[in-house]
Amino acid sequence: MALETLIESLPSLFDGLGVTLLLTAFGIILGTILGILLATGRSYASRPIAYLILVYEKILRGIPLLVLLFLIYFGLPQIGINLDAFTAAIIGLGLRSSAYQAQIYRGAINSIPEGQIHAAYSLGMNKLKAIRHVIMPQMLRLSIPGWSNEFTILLKDTSFAFAIGVIELMRQGRYIQVRDPDLVLIVYVLIAVIFFALVFSTNKILRYIEKKYQMAGYQTEVHR
Amino acid sequence: MTMLEVKNIYKSYGDVHILNGVSFTMKKDETKVIIGPSGTGKSTLLRCINQLSPPDKGQVWLNGEEITDPKSNINKMREKIGFVFQDFNLFNHLTALRNVSIGLEKVKKIEKEKAHKRAMQELTRVGLEAQAAQYPAQLSGGQKQRVGIARALAMDPDLILFDEPTSALDPELIGDVLDVMKSLCGKVAMLVVTHEMGFARNVADEIIFMEGGVIVEQGSPKEMFSNAKMARTREFLGRIGALYGEEGG
Repeated sequence: MALETLIESLPSLFDGLGVTLLLTAFGIILGTILGILLATGRSYASRPIAYLILVYEKILRGIPLLVLLFLIYFGLPQIGINLDAFTAAIIGLGLRSSAYQAQIYRGAINSIPEGQIHAAYSLGMNKLKAIRHVIMPQMLRLSIPGWSNEFTILLKDTSFAFAIGVIELMRQGRYIQVRDPDLVLIVYVLIAVIFFALVFSTNKILRYIEKKYQMAGYQTEVHR
Repeated sequence: MTMLEVKNIYKSYGDVHILNGVSFTMKKDETKVIIGPSGTGKSTLLRCINQLSPPDKGQVWLNGEEITDPKSNINKMREKIGFVFQDFNLFNHLTALRNVSIGLEKVKKIEKEKAHKRAMQELTRVGLEAQAAQYPAQLSGGQKQRVGIARALAMDPDLILFDEPTSALDPELIGDVLDVMKSLCGKVAMLVVTHEMGFARNVADEIIFMEGGVIVEQGSPKEMFSNAKMARTREFLGRIGALYGEEGG
């Protein structure tokens, strides 16, 4: 019976979901930390460093994720860097996300009036303190909408890890399809629904966080 | 005793010469007002003094230490020089209280509770204790500027630089800010760039008239308003007096 096979397969789908969530969490953490460093570096570091960061961003935004994953997983072993598929996927997702996130943070930094940093200097803050106590808190708040978007993209793009053999949600779906080809439609619909539900609920949470940490006077709400 | 000494300051942006050799001195707790037409380098001069835009040439000395010396610790020196901006530049993500206390907490490393207490005192001094928990966007322009002044005062500066502090305000809000500034007279040295001739006339110990990046004339309000030596000073004061009214502040 097809239905029985499906029910028997559900636990494996949940296992896959767990891996997908781990990929998302590690990927976004790596991307966020790197992205903040890159954006801060590009705005405030010396010119050669800012230029190197620019080159890094251009390259990572310019190559498809699948190519990047293949390079890391299949390519790097040739120069002696062997990574398991899960780690390779996190690095690929994280690096690519860092390049996109850097743009989000840089946009936020650029929208902070220059007078803010002048005021910080006037109080005797050095550059590092001014960035940490004045620029960073405002940058992060202003970045939440863009970050939510990037989070959504990364969550969905974890499915690319399928291609280098990570046993995530898609791969588990594929196993079910192979075992019982009659289930193909229902399995992928189920996976689509799971992704949709994840995106929908995390966006709700992020919208709440965005509202909670909104700076007075910077509301993005439109009253209709 | 001389507290601030500005020696022969030059500053250009590209080919545009903004300051062409400006020198003057200030004593402890003195109030000086800089007046002059727009684009004359008044604001640039203030920014040269606290090194927000370091001068190309010339020196600035504060309490016998050279600020312009590249070896000097500029951050330490800036603690002693408050700056009040035309467009306030309050930290948008912080309440009025935290705007005033952040310098104490993060620069002077005073513990949070003490810093807040001190910040509250300064807010009370500028008449804003009731607004302590509000964010800049929830304050009126005049209130923002008074928070800006409280923020500068909290650091216990020797000198406060005011860069057209009332120029961005609605006319009915200017009075509150000027009153606060008047109340500081003789308690801290103030160097004020302003078009408020009433303030200049009634509060300043000395008025500096600048034009074309140099000081044309300086003297007591009495000398400047009734007995200016240079024709250009008389003309400017006459014109601006007719525009704003001499008792305007």
